[in-house]
Amino acid sequence: MATNHLRPPTINITPEEYKEMVQSVTPKPTVLRNVIMAFLVGGFICSLGQVIINFYMIYLGLPLIQAQTAATATLILIGAILTGLGLYDEIVRWGGAGGIIPVTGFANSMVSPALEYKREGYVFGVGGKLFTVAGPILLYGIASSIVVGIVYVVLRYF
Amino acid sequence: MAEKKVGNQTVVFKNPPVVLAGYTVVGPKEGAGPLKDTFDLVLKDTYNGEKSWEKAEMKMLETSMRGAANKVNIPLECIDYSLAGDLLNQLVCSNFASRQIGLPFIGLYGACSTMALSIALGAMLIDGGFATKVLCSASSHHNTAERQYRLPTEQGNQRPLYAQWTVTGAGSLVLSDAGNGPKVTTATIGRIVDFGETDANNMGAAMAPAVADTIINHFNDLNRPSDYYDLVVTGDLGTVGLQLVSDIIRKSNLNIKNLNDCGVMIYKPEQDTHAGGSGCGCSAVVLGGYILNQMFKGELKRVLLIGSGCLHSPTTALQGETLPSIGHAISLEYI
Repeated sequence: MATNHLRPPTINITPEEYKEMVQSVTPKPTVLRNVIMAFLVGGFICSLGQVIINFYMIYLGLPLIQAQTAATATLILIGAILTGLGLYDEIVRWGGAGGIIPVTGFANSMVSPALEYKREGYVFGVGGKLFTVAGPILLYGIASSIVVGIVYVVLRYF
Repeated sequence: MAEKKVGNQTVVFKNPPVVLAGYTVVGPKEGAGPLKDTFDLVLKDTYNGEKSWEKAEMKMLETSMRGAANKVNIPLECIDYSLAGDLLNQLVCSNFASRQIGLPFIGLYGACSTMALSIALGAMLIDGGFATKVLCSASSHHNTAERQYRLPTEQGNQRPLYAQWTVTGAGSLVLSDAGNGPKVTTATIGRIVDFGETDANNMGAAMAPAVADTIINHFNDLNRPSDYYDLVVTGDLGTVGLQLVSDIIRKSNLNIKNLNDCGVMIYKPEQDTHAGGSGCGCSAVVLGGYILNQMFKGELKRVLLIGSGCLHSPTTALQGETLPSIGHAISLEYI
């Protein structure tokens, strides 16, 4: 609730006028640059994933499905190491969603609370706060997959 | 009855307390900014040899408290009260630093307006005859604020261009009933003003109406001309808030030319903090460093500092509350 009825003298502006002033002064996001950077960074991470899949298939002789799973695990490891080195937040600073959406971003959202809350102990620090960032994604990701699964099962009877 | 109160919100001190000295400690980022030469101590890293950032901030605040008293060779025992505040829950840094200092302690929470608030109250204690020497301090730390108010520090995210960077710094001032230095002549205690801003990244926009309200009331209560001060400096509005506050006061028929903001002054644009600095430490170190230096040198004779505080919490923000804000003004003058 915004304040009203301030004893005068006070600023000579209504909250509605102020809203317009704020909008005109607040810098707009650099959408084009952000989109290009997100494309480049996200594209690079995904291409790297493909390179790793090919590597596992050609040199280790893994079948495609297993190579994909192994590549995902490798990317998670890379994301975790880069977070630990304090580099991943810099990548996201420039790459935005290009760094958040791939699985490396998920690794970042798990490792950064683990690093952050280590000082409060392994049980109530790391244990209690590990999912502060990834928790909502996991909850609604899993919940929506259950809903989709139920819909899929029900639809099969028609 | 209240013979030292003038107008609606302002007190005018009968025997204005003197600022004997200030001591400032800042982090490496602030120490690379344009005001780097005005700080007493620049830390090499944000941990300062401690195990956690909270401990580093406590140590920083303790160092600034001891440093300020040391600078004017006043033993800590001769100080009557220590007034301090920070941004963390339960004022941990101020409480724990005061545990080491051992002075009668008054903890203050005014969000980023704390430095101006502590000076206003410290001056009231002295002019009221309750103390002869008071230590006024405030601190903030980028990483402790980030992990309490926002996200884990290594979590990748893209800050909006209007976001501000919490200053890592602590500043302390010694106020005294006698001595040489600029004097705290008046104080205007602000009101909480809320114009409905909801974006916790846009604190400049949230705080600008509260700061403008305090500036308008200060000049109105004291009937001072708009060019009375050499410098009117706001606490941590950043570039967005500074632009808004100057627009608001112009629309409210007050024309102040020498308006600036500690959050704008403390970083270079290349440091990529976006809209500038914020946090209790911001106005504390710019006041204790640059502004006091300029006053002691005689470059500035009359300064009005308006500490700006955004009094929100992550809990109320998630509950859909807007961001209430406040501004406290103190005037420092050579008289």
